[in-house]
Amino acid sequence: MASSIRVRATANGDITEVQTLIQHPMDTGLVKDSKGEVIPAHFIQQLKFECNGKNVFVADWGTAVSKDPYVKFSFKGAKKGDDLKVTWTDNKGGSDTTTAKIS
Amino acid sequence: MTTTSGPLATRRLILQGAAGVALLGLGNLPFGATSALAAANDKYPEEAFKQKSEADAIKALYGKTAEPSDKVKLDAPEIAENGGVVPISVTTTLDKVTSISFFVAENPSALAASYRIPDGTIPAVANRLKMAKTTNVTAIVEADGKLYSATKEVKVTVGGCGG
Repeated sequence: MASSIRVRATANGDITEVQTLIQHPMDTGLVKDSKGEVIPAHFIQQLKFECNGKNVFVADWGTAVSKDPYVKFSFKGAKKGDDLKVTWTDNKGGSDTTTAKIS
Repeated sequence: MTTTSGPLATRRLILQGAAGVALLGLGNLPFGATSALAAANDKYPEEAFKQKSEADAIKALYGKTAEPSDKVKLDAPEIAENGGVVPISVTTTLDKVTSISFFVAENPSALAASYRIPDGTIPAVANRLKMAKTTNVTAIVEADGKLYSATKEVKVTVGGCGG
């Protein structure tokens, strides 16, 4: 299965810009389906970015983050060719991880 | 001489080896303790996400109150046509930023997202949030142990919390 995480990390001098798009329903647990049954909450709780053995960015999310979440940030101290590891875990114990090369 | 030094030497080696293992064991202990601490620090702030009102959520997350600051720049649309996907970003010129959080005042739970900013990461985040209706969006930046905020009203034409 293809990874749920799409990540693009681009180094520009000392600063690396990271853009991430994740496929996830991000159900709030407040919405009903067509049969009138509540769709249980299913959302990413934590998203971590690790580079050179160090967390460079940690996101804690609630249900108010949009479906198929997008996040962008930048950090210093990495160079082209370094690995950036991205991991998410959701409230149902699901998780996914991927590693991207910084370009 | 040679007959006794042989086994003695091995005995010494074994003792050294044992000492080394013992030292390693000791060395591992504090290391394990610090990584456990770091893990505790990484904990998901479940209580804060459960709070309904913005004030309670800020209190649960940080335990203090924020003051408005023009050094926090919140970028959000004036009008969001689709409350399900509202692009919101924040940048700041403050130093020593350790975290950035987003609150949507009239969502079922106010805290939307909280980002930890370690040393070396630029204090700027862009993301997309859901909004139930027209309300204030607040960004809080924690810098040098203090909280600074910026607020902007976003008009929502179609709510993002259901069909």
